[in-house]
Amino acid sequence: MNGVLSFKAKGINFKEKAFRKSLALSAIFAVIILIAIFFTLLINSLPSIKAIGAKFFYETTWDPVADKFGALPFLVGTLLTSFLALIISTPFSIAVAIFLGEYYKTGPVAEVFKNIIDLLAGIPSVIYGFWGLFVLVPLVRQLEIKFNVPPYGVGIFTSAVILSIMILPYSVSLSRQVISMAPSHLKEAAYSLGATRWEVISKIIIPYTKSGLFAGLLLALGRALGETMAVTMLIGNTHALPTGIFSPGNTMASVIANEFNEATGPVYTSALIEMGLFLFVVATIINIIGKQIIKRFTLD
Amino acid sequence: MELVLDAELSKKKKLTQSRLAAKHIGRRNRKNTFFKGLIIAATIISTFPLLLILFYIFKQGVASLNWQFVTSLPKPVGEAGGGVSNALVGSIMILLVSCGIAIPLGIVIGIYLSEEKKSSLSYYCQLAVDVLQGIPSIVIGIIIYEWVVRPMGGFSALSGSVALALMMLPSIIKATEETLKLLPESLKEASLALGVPYYKTIMKVIVPTGLSGIFTGVILSIARVIGETAPLLFTAFGNPFMSTNILKPMSSLPLIIFNYATSPYDDWHQLAWGASMVLILMILILNIITKLVQRKWKVQF
Repeated sequence: MNGVLSFKAKGINFKEKAFRKSLALSAIFAVIILIAIFFTLLINSLPSIKAIGAKFFYETTWDPVADKFGALPFLVGTLLTSFLALIISTPFSIAVAIFLGEYYKTGPVAEVFKNIIDLLAGIPSVIYGFWGLFVLVPLVRQLEIKFNVPPYGVGIFTSAVILSIMILPYSVSLSRQVISMAPSHLKEAAYSLGATRWEVISKIIIPYTKSGLFAGLLLALGRALGETMAVTMLIGNTHALPTGIFSPGNTMASVIANEFNEATGPVYTSALIEMGLFLFVVATIINIIGKQIIKRFTLD
Repeated sequence: MELVLDAELSKKKKLTQSRLAAKHIGRRNRKNTFFKGLIIAATIISTFPLLLILFYIFKQGVASLNWQFVTSLPKPVGEAGGGVSNALVGSIMILLVSCGIAIPLGIVIGIYLSEEKKSSLSYYCQLAVDVLQGIPSIVIGIIIYEWVVRPMGGFSALSGSVALALMMLPSIIKATEETLKLLPESLKEASLALGVPYYKTIMKVIVPTGLSGIFTGVILSIARVIGETAPLLFTAFGNPFMSTNILKPMSSLPLIIFNYATSPYDDWHQLAWGASMVLILMILILNIITKLVQRKWKVQF
């Protein structure tokens, strides 16, 4: 009898240990996936790193046939589209965040706008690109005729506009949380001194939450840098260095999307993967910094 | 005489001061209303893109949406009609397989993170999940190409499923972790005090209690990856015919939207609009399901 009991207990003990172990193993697995991603990218981009070296970042000709792989035009294209998108979307995202975090925190109005912003994040990138191609491109073309620049329609500016719409929900969701977390005793103190609502927002809430707002913008920038489909459809896909915000170009992500399947030769494929590695590293750094700022902010 | 004059003067001074103050307050109040208006206006403008996109897609998509559209294959250029049945079946199959991979793994990792809050492994795991979430989707495509497509010797729906599973994983983990963290310690302690082993406490008490939260997380992650195109470009690749073999290339809705949208033919654009509308409707329905579940079975204590 006693033996049976201890046998049973042993069985439970074994299951208990196995359960805890498998939980821990799965967590280790997540870490391993990430490390493996980094090393896969690194190892596969070694041929290009060896063959091209630092020229990769300052050469301006990308000509796979002649074995020239200068990614500067794509680097410039990526940075231009992303920062332009950030500049366009920031006033709106801050406004929406104040609207939802301060003026209308709860109630039906807040619900409607929250759902709209959530849906904006839910629309697939490819549909943004498709819509941009048929609605935004003709509009931009008219604008370009007015400004007397070649009316391509597609290009850096068009991509940046679509990107600014796409990254809006990301910065809004963070900034809104941060703004609604501004301590009420500070706000009440300002009100009791006779401050108006706008003065409370501009002199108390925004200065208090500025690190959190910055993190929101940073994470949105991270999104914009790696965004692929919509940009691929709208940027024009030329390999020349962009000459202005209306000129067509290419981003790193769009070059990968366009050329990865057709790439022949080890250096060509590897150069594309090196761009992937670059995007991965930049996105990771931005993410970690952003999350760290948020963590510090919420701990305060 | 002088005294009276002085008093009069100071009276005047006070009057102008109060007038100035009134003016000042008026200006501050106007500034207040001005900025409130500005913020409301900017917020309303921010909603325009969504309304415009939905309006345009429904306007264009309704024309091509009928029963035939979801049951027949795409027709070549020049022939009217045709549908996206292969893409619809492909999308659903790819998603089912990726759910099979991502849901168990995601929930288990989520349980670990909610249970072990202070171990160094959970710190690194959390960091890894955060970083995974931020990886550009095109990079996921490259990775799965190297991990699955190259060893298998060709594009396949399975590799597409793995890519989407990798994209779903972080949000499922986060949803599980955050839901389970909301549950009170007393629930677990009560179960343990009754002599229920730890693994049974987790599987039979903790997870079922937080099930609605986990379920919403899963549905939201499906809604998020259902429209992902970039990771499928080098994995599932696309297929103009009906295919149900997950070891062969397979079509999916986002892939045909991309291919047809960037083609120069009007017939194909029309198909792409229809496919976009189907995709948007699926995403809307998934979002509505999560809202209903959240409202009905909210995890709360």
